Amino acid sequence: MNYEERLQNVSVLGAAGKMGSGILLLTSVELADLSLKPENKGKSFVLNAIDVSDEALTGVMRYLKSQVLKIAEKKIVALRAIYKNRQDLIENSEIIDQYVFDVLSVVRPGTRLEATYESGIIFEAIREDPALKVRIYTQIKENNPNHPWFFTNTSSIPISELDEKAGLGGSIIGFHFYNPPAIQKLVEVIKAKNTLSELEDFALTFAKNLRKIVVPSNDIAGFIGNGHFMRDILYATSQVDLLLKDLSFVEAVYAINKISHEYLIRPMGIFQLIDYVGVDVCSYILSVMNSHLENEELSSTLLNKVLDLGVKGGQYSDGSQKDGFLKYEKGKITGVFDPGKKEYIPVQVIQGKVEEKMGIMPPVLPWKSVVSNPAKEEILKSYFMEIKKSASFGASLTLSYAVNSRQIGLHLVNTKVAFNEKDVNTVLLTGFFHAYGPVNEYVL
Amino acid sequence: MVAGYNTISMGTGRKEFHPKKERPGLEDYIKEAGQGTLKQIGGARYVDECVIGNFMASRFNKQANLAGFFPFIDEGLKGKPAIRVEGACGTGGLALLTGIKSVLAETAEVVLVIGVEVQNTVKAIYGADILAGAGWFKDRKEGHAYFFPGQFSDRAGAYFEKYGRDKTRKAFARWYRNAIENARLCPTAQEYNNTTKDLEACAITEPNGKSFVDHLNVFDCSKVSDGASAIAVVSEEGLKRIGIDKRDAVEIVGWSQVEDDITRKPMEQTELTTFRLAAHEALESAGISADHLGTAEVHDCFTIAGVMAVEAIGLAGIGKGTDFILEGNTARDGKIPINTTGGLIGWGHPTGATGVHQAVTILEQLTGKAGKSQIQITPERPYALSVNMGGNDKTLVAIVYKRG
Repeated sequence: MNYEERLQNVSVLGAAGKMGSGILLLTSVELADLSLKPENKGKSFVLNAIDVSDEALTGVMRYLKSQVLKIAEKKIVALRAIYKNRQDLIENSEIIDQYVFDVLSVVRPGTRLEATYESGIIFEAIREDPALKVRIYTQIKENNPNHPWFFTNTSSIPISELDEKAGLGGSIIGFHFYNPPAIQKLVEVIKAKNTLSELEDFALTFAKNLRKIVVPSNDIAGFIGNGHFMRDILYATSQVDLLLKDLSFVEAVYAINKISHEYLIRPMGIFQLIDYVGVDVCSYILSVMNSHLENEELSSTLLNKVLDLGVKGGQYSDGSQKDGFLKYEKGKITGVFDPGKKEYIPVQVIQGKVEEKMGIMPPVLPWKSVVSNPAKEEILKSYFMEIKKSASFGASLTLSYAVNSRQIGLHLVNTKVAFNEKDVNTVLLTGFFHAYGPVNEYVL
Repeated sequence: MVAGYNTISMGTGRKEFHPKKERPGLEDYIKEAGQGTLKQIGGARYVDECVIGNFMASRFNKQANLAGFFPFIDEGLKGKPAIRVEGACGTGGLALLTGIKSVLAETAEVVLVIGVEVQNTVKAIYGADILAGAGWFKDRKEGHAYFFPGQFSDRAGAYFEKYGRDKTRKAFARWYRNAIENARLCPTAQEYNNTTKDLEACAITEPNGKSFVDHLNVFDCSKVSDGASAIAVVSEEGLKRIGIDKRDAVEIVGWSQVEDDITRKPMEQTELTTFRLAAHEALESAGISADHLGTAEVHDCFTIAGVMAVEAIGLAGIGKGTDFILEGNTARDGKIPINTTGGLIGWGHPTGATGVHQAVTILEQLTGKAGKSQIQITPERPYALSVNMGGNDKTLVAIVYKRG
């Protein structure tokens, strides 16, 4: 089977989820683009969108339509060339409508796993539950005569383990998109011990056609992305504990979130990022990683404590943020959760004390104006010089946070999760939208 | 002509503009502009006839029969004759001429003329479909996604080839800078709030044919605008009736209206031949030459059109428009300041209103009421010219003015 034959029948499992819907969008566009090539005239391309709930699938079709419309509007110049022989399509609006129709026509939403039995490729983006994944892979493998290749979006479970337990004989690869898949440029590609080389070749071609940046990661639980993120979380919570000497819990959380957001020039603070991913998801990833890593204890009593109180974060179906460690109103942080009182304390009540404790901080530019600034390196260099010179408590917190982030990066290289420092930096730059990689010279 | 009024040219660039927020509608712009002029002439009772120019409200706003909005402006206009005219982006010029002809035919002493367009109801990519109606629909299929930018990009490409790319692009950038600097002096201009420091550096950005057109970038293009302009076309008798001094009016001393075949491709990509004919006829009918012009408002829907307009008027020889611009002659302190409130690139381009807006700007300049954008009009060069163009050099209206 060549590249296009493989893609003539594809399934996405967990298609209505946050990651699955993004993978569905990117794949449906790639399949439709293939189907519109003159040489593929007459060939059918099918994308099964599978999830457990009909309601969620209806929602995902709406999401798909709105996103494909945006994509079509953006690439109208190319679309006019693609449809140039369609004399009935004259205006941009007609061409755009046709393209949206052509992309959506590729997609077959449904709740039955049987739809996957004819697929050549299975994208799996279901819950981070090894047993569930293995059960589903096994069932598909037993019923699908085409020896399908499995692309798992797992962000923490070793691929070799899934391969062995499901008996896939190397027909699997880790293909880890970042959230949201349609926007984040990064795909972490993880080969299992026995991953077929032709499967790897296909994966790299597919990623390239999706215009993604590929970073290879070794098959060690958590890989590069979560390898950094989870350890960053644990550092943040340890810092909160230290601050409790002088600050209340909500003040400490607010302070560390502010440090890791504004003063580290990141797109969001660490507690906001935990909420974005979901407290439950983070906690689960930690437990999966912990079960695979020796000599290191990866668990957070703080995350488990707030989870027990029902604080989960994550997003509503319209994409807006649910409350987690922090409370949000129209995307802005307005409060911090107090587990003792079981309520959110308004930011106004907290920030005065925190700012006093931080002391006078060097001026800092917002992430947005640094991230794509051509003079980024100079800006960062002189900013971190100021941080190092400053005697304020906030500056020392900032510096040690950045130094720890660097150490995590180096740890990932030393423990052979990442092949090199550059790969670690690329993951943080393109999967987390950081303005600079953790392994840098600024903080030395 | 007297009593000019411009609404704000609304769209990207204006602080008030947010694509997702509700904005004034077609009727609001018509009402504001109409009342603006009526107030200056003493009210609706003095109006004999009404003309409204609009290009594509039928698609942008799903609205036709626009003459019906005159009584909505003022109840005093109910029962009076009113007409709507259309000639793509040359609509405003046609509306003015319709008023002028009524006065010359002595069927009216006072004509209220309004031009209006509200285009931000759709995204630019769909707006391009609508505006493509200014060309022949049978050419649409083979045309660019951004149809008119595509047409003028082809002209720019031909001009590059014939006269050199670098210098031409530098002249485009200078044209853009002049437009924005002028717009910054006019509170109703769409680029009034523009704070870019190095305008020419910004304008020289390489065009990207993959996402837009091959030879023009977005700075080379006029704006997508909502707006209306109004003016009163009045006979000498009418001036007495409304009690306005001649010195506060401009006299129409010459005009021309020229049409070319919409189904034909341009004879020469590097020249605006119909534009040239209209400008020359208008100057001839006024009995003057281009050397007598103190200012001009030209239809710079794209920078390349600005360059070719300078040549078509006769200010510079064929292929010499770029030098003329780069030497500073068209800047506000130059030999002949052009588009003194920013033109279509700086002030804005509410398509059906543009021709009227040109007349309002000239009225203000010649009568000394242009506020911060006022230029000096010398006795040696007391005339002004406006040239309004519909389609790709198809529907042309040129008017020569002088202070009354």
